[in-house]
Amino acid sequence: MSQTVLGGDRAATPSGTAEVPAIRLRNLVKRFGETAAVDGVDLDIRQGEFFSMLGPSGSGKTTVLRLIAGFDLPTSGTIELEGRDVSGMAPFQRDVNTVFQDYALFPHMSLLDNVAYGLRVRGMAKQERRERAVEALDRVQLGKFVTRRPAQLSGGQRQRVALARALVVEPKVLLLDEPLGALDLKLRQQMQLELKELQRSLGITFIFVTHDQEEALTMSDRIGVFNNGKIAQTGTAHEIYRRPTGPFVANFVGTSNLFGADAAGRLYGRGGQFVVRPERLAIGWDGATPSDDGVTAVRGTVASVVYVGHATQVHVALEGGPAVVVLVGADLPGADDDLLGRSVAVSWADRDAVWLPDAA
Amino acid sequence: MRLSRSAKSVLGVLTALVLLFIYGPLLLVVVNSFNADRTFGWPPKGFTLEWWGRAFESEGVRQALMASLGVAVVSTAVSLVLGTLLSLALQRYKFFGRDVVNLLVILPIALPGIVTGIALNNMFTTILGVSLSMWTVIIAHATFCMVTVFNNVIARLRRMNGGLEEASFDLGAGVFTTFRLVTFPQLRSALLAGGLLAFALSFDEIIVTTFTIGAGETTLPIWILQNLFRPNQAPVVNVVAVVLILVSIVPIWLAQRLSADSVGVGAGRDGAGRAAKATAG
Repeated sequence: MSQTVLGGDRAATPSGTAEVPAIRLRNLVKRFGETAAVDGVDLDIRQGEFFSMLGPSGSGKTTVLRLIAGFDLPTSGTIELEGRDVSGMAPFQRDVNTVFQDYALFPHMSLLDNVAYGLRVRGMAKQERRERAVEALDRVQLGKFVTRRPAQLSGGQRQRVALARALVVEPKVLLLDEPLGALDLKLRQQMQLELKELQRSLGITFIFVTHDQEEALTMSDRIGVFNNGKIAQTGTAHEIYRRPTGPFVANFVGTSNLFGADAAGRLYGRGGQFVVRPERLAIGWDGATPSDDGVTAVRGTVASVVYVGHATQVHVALEGGPAVVVLVGADLPGADDDLLGRSVAVSWADRDAVWLPDAA
Repeated sequence: MRLSRSAKSVLGVLTALVLLFIYGPLLLVVVNSFNADRTFGWPPKGFTLEWWGRAFESEGVRQALMASLGVAVVSTAVSLVLGTLLSLALQRYKFFGRDVVNLLVILPIALPGIVTGIALNNMFTTILGVSLSMWTVIIAHATFCMVTVFNNVIARLRRMNGGLEEASFDLGAGVFTTFRLVTFPQLRSALLAGGLLAFALSFDEIIVTTFTIGAGETTLPIWILQNLFRPNQAPVVNVVAVVLILVSIVPIWLAQRLSADSVGVGAGRDGAGRAAKATAG
């Protein structure tokens, strides 16, 4: 071990391996005809990180994943894998593996052959690759199904096989393209936990593409939010949720009440825009505005009431705008019909108002 | 759609009549190959295996059969390679003139055999200066046999999950390994179906063959044509015809079972049309 540390100041790794990012994207651009699917992405993904690319469909996140895997070649820009430029390399020359959205299991092979495939094409002896494949299938609780075909499995089981098949070749980076999209809610939540646990125990870098903001928030060390082929914001779940740097991120990750420049000027006497999360707003049903320090209150009219199970969303049209959503956890003081049209006061602590940078 | 009882019975009778009209004459050929009466009087006078024995002993029949099998096997092999490469190119890549190439590839099966035959004959003898032989027949057959392979393979490729090949590349396999371990197994039954149809087309082809075969050589259909009007050969002709029917029908039946889903309507209909034309000739 000490040998490795001493060898650490070789020219190739001047500042130690730990600081070379697993993936480094520099000014990555991918055009399909006239449209730029990826439009200048710069990103460093650290080793051993669970990184999510979050964005609506068409935001370029899947294209970035395909560029990293090598299925598409970038129009311009570079992709580095652990400090090595792989931009022009074929997929089979890159030390990254993919779990596909539709799993892409080989239908004519048993689970064992599916999982052993990567080892087989690397020329590993039959006995050894079978042992490793069985081991990998055991790890995803499918050890008893080695002779089955993919068609005989449920969606969740196929997902696990795809995972085992990609992990058995020990990639430096694992790419996951909305792998939980086809599963039902319960199974998805279970797989989220399992994936996170697996990633933690293996220490492999995971790059996880999803359009589900809740999924990204629960699983990731860091999140990159994509919009129109660009990264709108990169940060931890906490940073992204609490300190969105623009209206797009504020609205895409969770619900946000956006207050425009006029409201900002009226309430705080300054320019710019700010957002307040629905759960940070309080509602005064009697219409009295609290006068505590550091609390801002505005009168409004209840426009609609939506019960969402764990809480109720109350939509209130504020005087002078905008219309906001307030998340109320407690019981409401009356039937929905009585509340509609009622004059109420909406208040929030000033520290919960998140000011967006002007440029955004 | 619901049909009344009378409509059902009318349609049933019509269907039976049509099928009888198609298969009655064929059945007659089969019966006559065992008919003891040399002039084929009806009803048959008795059962005999004499004609079958004579056919097996005939040197001419045996040579013609071997020639037909050889031509069919080689032109099927050529069609499998070219048809697969073509369908891969046309399915996977977008290029200028792709639709035109697609049409040009399918066209030969619809062209009248006599036109193909004369055109190829001119090409071989006057322009290329090649003497006609079994090889010119093989090349001529491959021009339209290729179409059945092409149709089957391209239909399969369209339905195949393109992600499978990406998954293979992703796991470290190169282009050829991926074809061998992933693409080819997916295409296997389509290739078999297309190949069997191609074999059947080639085996009983006569028009194009007539124009491209070397002097003194015969395939089975040509042998029949040459011996049809020789009275003492007539019983043996019946036997050869039965062999021809069997060798043509079995592959088509197998191909249909193999790929009820992947043999395009076009392939089935064109194949049958070409076969019908060949039989009529």
